[in-house]
Amino acid sequence: MRRGILLRLALVALLLALVLRPAWFAPIFAPFAPEGGPVIYDRASLLSLSLSHLGLVALASAAATLVAVTLAILVTRPAGAAFRPLSRTITNMGQTFPPVAVLALAVPALGFGAGPTLVALFLYGLLPIFENAVTALSNLPPATMEAARGIGLNRRQRLLQVELPLALPVILTGIRLSVVIALGTATIGSTVAARTLGEVIIAGLLTNNTAYVLHGGLIVGLFAVLIYDALVRLEAGLSRRMGLAKAA
Amino acid sequence: MIEIDRITRLYDGKPAVDAVSMTVETATITAIVGTSGSGKTTLLRMINRLVEPSSGEVRINGEPTTGLEKHVLRRRIGYAIQGHGLFPHHTVARNIGAVPRLLGWPAEKIRARVDELLDLFSMPPAEFRDRFPAELSGGQQQRVGVARALASRPDLLLMDEPFGALDPIIRTRAQEDLRRIQRALGSTILIVTHDMEEAIQLGDRVAVMDAGRLVQHGTPAEIITRPATAFVAEMVGGVERPLRLLSLFPVSDLIQEGPAEGAAVPDRTSLRDALSTCLWTGRDALPVERDGQRIGRVTLDAIRSRAECHA
Repeated sequence: MRRGILLRLALVALLLALVLRPAWFAPIFAPFAPEGGPVIYDRASLLSLSLSHLGLVALASAAATLVAVTLAILVTRPAGAAFRPLSRTITNMGQTFPPVAVLALAVPALGFGAGPTLVALFLYGLLPIFENAVTALSNLPPATMEAARGIGLNRRQRLLQVELPLALPVILTGIRLSVVIALGTATIGSTVAARTLGEVIIAGLLTNNTAYVLHGGLIVGLFAVLIYDALVRLEAGLSRRMGLAKAA
Repeated sequence: MIEIDRITRLYDGKPAVDAVSMTVETATITAIVGTSGSGKTTLLRMINRLVEPSSGEVRINGEPTTGLEKHVLRRRIGYAIQGHGLFPHHTVARNIGAVPRLLGWPAEKIRARVDELLDLFSMPPAEFRDRFPAELSGGQQQRVGVARALASRPDLLLMDEPFGALDPIIRTRAQEDLRRIQRALGSTILIVTHDMEEAIQLGDRVAVMDAGRLVQHGTPAEIITRPATAFVAEMVGGVERPLRLLSLFPVSDLIQEGPAEGAAVPDRTSLRDALSTCLWTGRDALPVERDGQRIGRVTLDAIRSRAECHA
């Protein structure tokens, strides 16, 4: 437990240093930079790129969560059951379409910038959330559902007071997968001029500057690991607080 | 008073419950017994309209159940099921207070009612109020399930195999608790069970269902001594009949003057238990006491003739 906390603090410190004080790392990255070339990316502040990157991921994931959970609720109602295969097909298509292809297709419609990236991240994030929400909402404990009906909760009360709270931990797992995928995928948004940490990596690839690639990659990787970990802990905490798992 | 009036439920044109009529008096327990597929659960679920009857109606204190919206009707009828069906994400207090909260009781009144019920079920409120269902034993979960069903002082309590998931010792205690609490609160209870023993022990009236029909409705003694059909006789269990009958009466029914040796039995002991004591200790008569005072005796002969006279 203690070692876990120390490790997390160390990773957070490393991440902050990489973003806020990139010059500190010049000696470490120098061997990877081309002869006489720049070692540290200085065409934009890494902080503003990070914030923009996280903002895009947050916005796309929030939209994906809203749409996917709403769809999952609809198709798990008796009236919406017929639409289940259809919505599954649609979300699956979102997943199979390569994000690069979505970007290429979206640019003519939305222009360069954040728009196409948001669309790609949104489509890519739908499936894990939708699948998890459908699974969670259709596998609730039958005796609890029978009792909820039998003691007089109406449909809306059953959904809000029983079904969604009980499904929440599993839905959160879907959101976590989706967010982590989006954190990585967002980097390619920079190919169509979205401001993300991908800018650093792509600049490195274009100029054969491995130092840039390493620096950008490390930051994205650390964000993904730390956010993943925070969400895992949130899920465990929620399950425990709601009495779904025995209190440790 | 609950009146069930020629109620029928068809599935694919076949009746699961076929024109069943019966009346349940206020403040009594009626046990509905039958094998699986006899329609007993469907009958119960039609009363709170979890299943809609194909024809016929149910009246509670003269009012047809169709006069209310379903979820409003259900808030007036307690419902306890096998496997308790508690909300795992709510504390014990919140589970028990679920129906009063739906009915909009003030928080203070809900809290008082929750504590009262926990006391009634021998679960100290301070200890149990804030626990989650996963932190309780099976017997405790089941008691919380019944407490939830009783919380709003419903006109009627429906129970579907509520003790089915309990082991025999805890089940016997749960049945005794239910009987005690029903007497104390004057509740009207309809309980579905496949276990004739449970029906006879708990029911003021026993209703036997077979293939969707109500084949007999009467007191436990009537069901045992005069089974209406071969099926009822089989349910009552041929060789067990005299013992089941004896289990219905206390020794105080057969008390007489005269000498008896050995340890006394309390006057509320059932005749079955008294018979068992006679056989086990090799005595022909047992002293009977009430509140520690000896009040007479009960003899093996008297018990035997009580069992015989119905043969």
